[in-house]
Amino acid sequence: MSDQHFLHVESLTKHYGTNAVVKGVSFDFSKGEFISLLGPSGCGKTTILRMIAGFEIPSAGTIQVDGEDITVLRPNQRRLGMVFQAYALFPNLTVGDNIGFGLKVAGLGREERRARVEEMLKLIGLPDFEKRFPYEMSGGQQQRVALARAIAPRPRLLLLDEPLSALDAKIRVSLREEIRAIQRELGITTVFVTHDQEEALSISDRIVVMNAGNIEQLGTPHDIYNRPATRFAATFVGHLNTLPAASFGPDRAIRPELISLTQRPDTDTTLSGIVSDIGFMGSVLRLKVDVADVRLSIDTFNANSTPPQRGDAVTLHLASRDVLALGA
Amino acid sequence: MKPRKFWPWLVFTLGAAYFLVPLIATFEFSLKMRRGYYSFDSYASVFSDPAFQATFAYSALIGVFAIVVGIVVVVPAVYFVRLRLPHLRPLMEFITLLPLIIPAIVLVYGYIRLYNSSSIVPFTGSALGTDILLICGYVTLAMPYMYRAVDTGMRAIDIKTLTEAAQIMGADTLRIITSIILPNILVAVLSGAFLTFAIVIGEFTIASLLNRPAFGPYLQNVGANRAYEPSALAIISFIVTWGAMGMIQLLARFAPRSAPRTD
Repeated sequence: MSDQHFLHVESLTKHYGTNAVVKGVSFDFSKGEFISLLGPSGCGKTTILRMIAGFEIPSAGTIQVDGEDITVLRPNQRRLGMVFQAYALFPNLTVGDNIGFGLKVAGLGREERRARVEEMLKLIGLPDFEKRFPYEMSGGQQQRVALARAIAPRPRLLLLDEPLSALDAKIRVSLREEIRAIQRELGITTVFVTHDQEEALSISDRIVVMNAGNIEQLGTPHDIYNRPATRFAATFVGHLNTLPAASFGPDRAIRPELISLTQRPDTDTTLSGIVSDIGFMGSVLRLKVDVADVRLSIDTFNANSTPPQRGDAVTLHLASRDVLALGA
Repeated sequence: MKPRKFWPWLVFTLGAAYFLVPLIATFEFSLKMRRGYYSFDSYASVFSDPAFQATFAYSALIGVFAIVVGIVVVVPAVYFVRLRLPHLRPLMEFITLLPLIIPAIVLVYGYIRLYNSSSIVPFTGSALGTDILLICGYVTLAMPYMYRAVDTGMRAIDIKTLTEAAQIMGADTLRIITSIILPNILVAVLSGAFLTFAIVIGEFTIASLLNRPAFGPYLQNVGANRAYEPSALAIISFIVTWGAMGMIQLLARFAPRSAPRTD
C-alpha cells in the first residue's frame, strides 16, 4: 500500500432515517499528515471522525487504514488513538495508569508499560505526574495526559475530536502548538476535527472544509485561504469583503489584509472611500471604509504613525489578481 | 429561641419524639432484666444464644450473596440501558419500582407455587435450592434501592465518553465494566449494598415462608416467647441498620471528583 493512501475514505455516507449527515465523502491522506476536518456544527465532520473511530457504522462507503478495510471493525479492533473534547480521563486511575491503560489492554508487561508511560510523560512535559489523579490537574494538563494516553499504544491513526474546545483561549493556542510538535516528532497520521478556522489553518498540512455533509474544498491551508474553491469555503475561512458590483462585477471579494492605504508594487486598482470606523487591535488596525454602497473591512499592520480618523477620505489600493471570484 | 422559630421547633420536637420515645422506651426496657436496677443482662443473654449467632450469620451470608447477585444483575443492566437503550429508562424505572408495590408475601407465594418440590424446577426441594430462592427474593426486594443507587452513580460520570475512550484503546465490554465503570460508581454501588444488607438482616416474610433459619424469623420467635430479649434485639437491629446507613454517608465523601476544568 502506498503511503499516499494511508487513510483512504471512499463514498462515505451516513444517514439517520431520512436525514443524511454525510453525503458520499471521499479523500486520501498520506502517512504522517496532519489533516483537519473543518466546518460549522452539523456539517458532518464529527460523524466522519466517529465513523473512522468505529463509534458509528457508515450507511455506505469504505474506510481503509494502511490498506486494511476497517469500515465495519469494532472500535477496539482498529488500533487507533483518540482524544476527546471532554478529556475523558478515567477518574479512578492515576495519570500513569491512564496512559498505561491501552498498553495493559494490549497485554504488555509491567516493566514495558512503566518505560512507555515514563517516555510519554516526558513527551508531554509532565514527567512527575505519574501518581496524580486527573481531578488534581488543570484542564490543559488533563488534555495532555489524554493525548499521551491516546498515543502510548502506538496507534496507526490519531483522532482528535475538538480537543481544545473545552479550554481557555490562552491554553488553547499553546496546546495546539504542542500537539502539532508532538505529532511531527512521532510522524503519526492525525485527523483533527474543529469548527475553529484559525485553529485549522495554523496546524494542518491539509484541511477538509465541510458543509452540510459535503466536502467544499480539500487543500493546504494556504490554498484554502487564498484560492477558496467555493463561496462557502471563501466565507467560512477568514474574513472577506464583497467588492462593489458596479466597478468589479458581481460576486467579487477580497481579504481585508490585501487592501492597502498606500500603493504597493503589485497594486493596480484604486478605490476612494470614507473611514467610518477604526478598531485598534494591537498589532493590527482594522478600518471600516465606506466605498460607494458597500462597507469594506481593511486590516493593516500597526505602525508608529498617526492612523486615519473617522470621516477621513482615503484612497485604497488593491491588486486585481487578489480579487476572488465567488462561485456557487 | 427567637419567637418566630417557635413553631418550627415545636414540629421538629414532636416529630423527633415520635421516633425517639419508643426507641428510648425499648432501650430502657431492655436494661430491666435484672430486677431493681439497670443491666445489660438481656444483651448478654441474646449474644450467648447460639441461635442468635447462627441466624445472624446465616442472614449476613445470604445478604452478601444478595449484594453480589444484585450488583451483577443491576450494574450491566443500568450501563447498557443508559448507553444503548436510553428510551427504555422509564420502563426500567417502573419495573424496579414493582417490588415496592407488590407485597413480599405475594412474591413468596408465587415462588412456592412455581418452584415447589413437585414442579419442573423444584428449588424448594433442597435447602440449597431454597437458599438460592431466598437470595433471588432479596435481590428483588432490594432492587428499587440498588437500581437507584447505581443509576445515580452512573449519572455522575460520562459513561458514554469513558466507554468510547476505553474502546478505542482496545478494551472489550467486560474490561470496561470491571475496570472503568464499576470503580467509578463504587461508592454508589456500596451504598446500594448497605441498603440491601439492612433489608436482608431484618426481613421476615420470605425467610419465614421459605422456612429458612434467618434472623427475621428468629426475631419473631424470640419476640413471641421471651420478655426482655426482644427489646435488646430490636436495639441491636437498629444499630446494625444505622451502621449500614452511616457507612453510606461516610462513603459519599469518597465519590469520584471529575469536574471539568477549562484552565
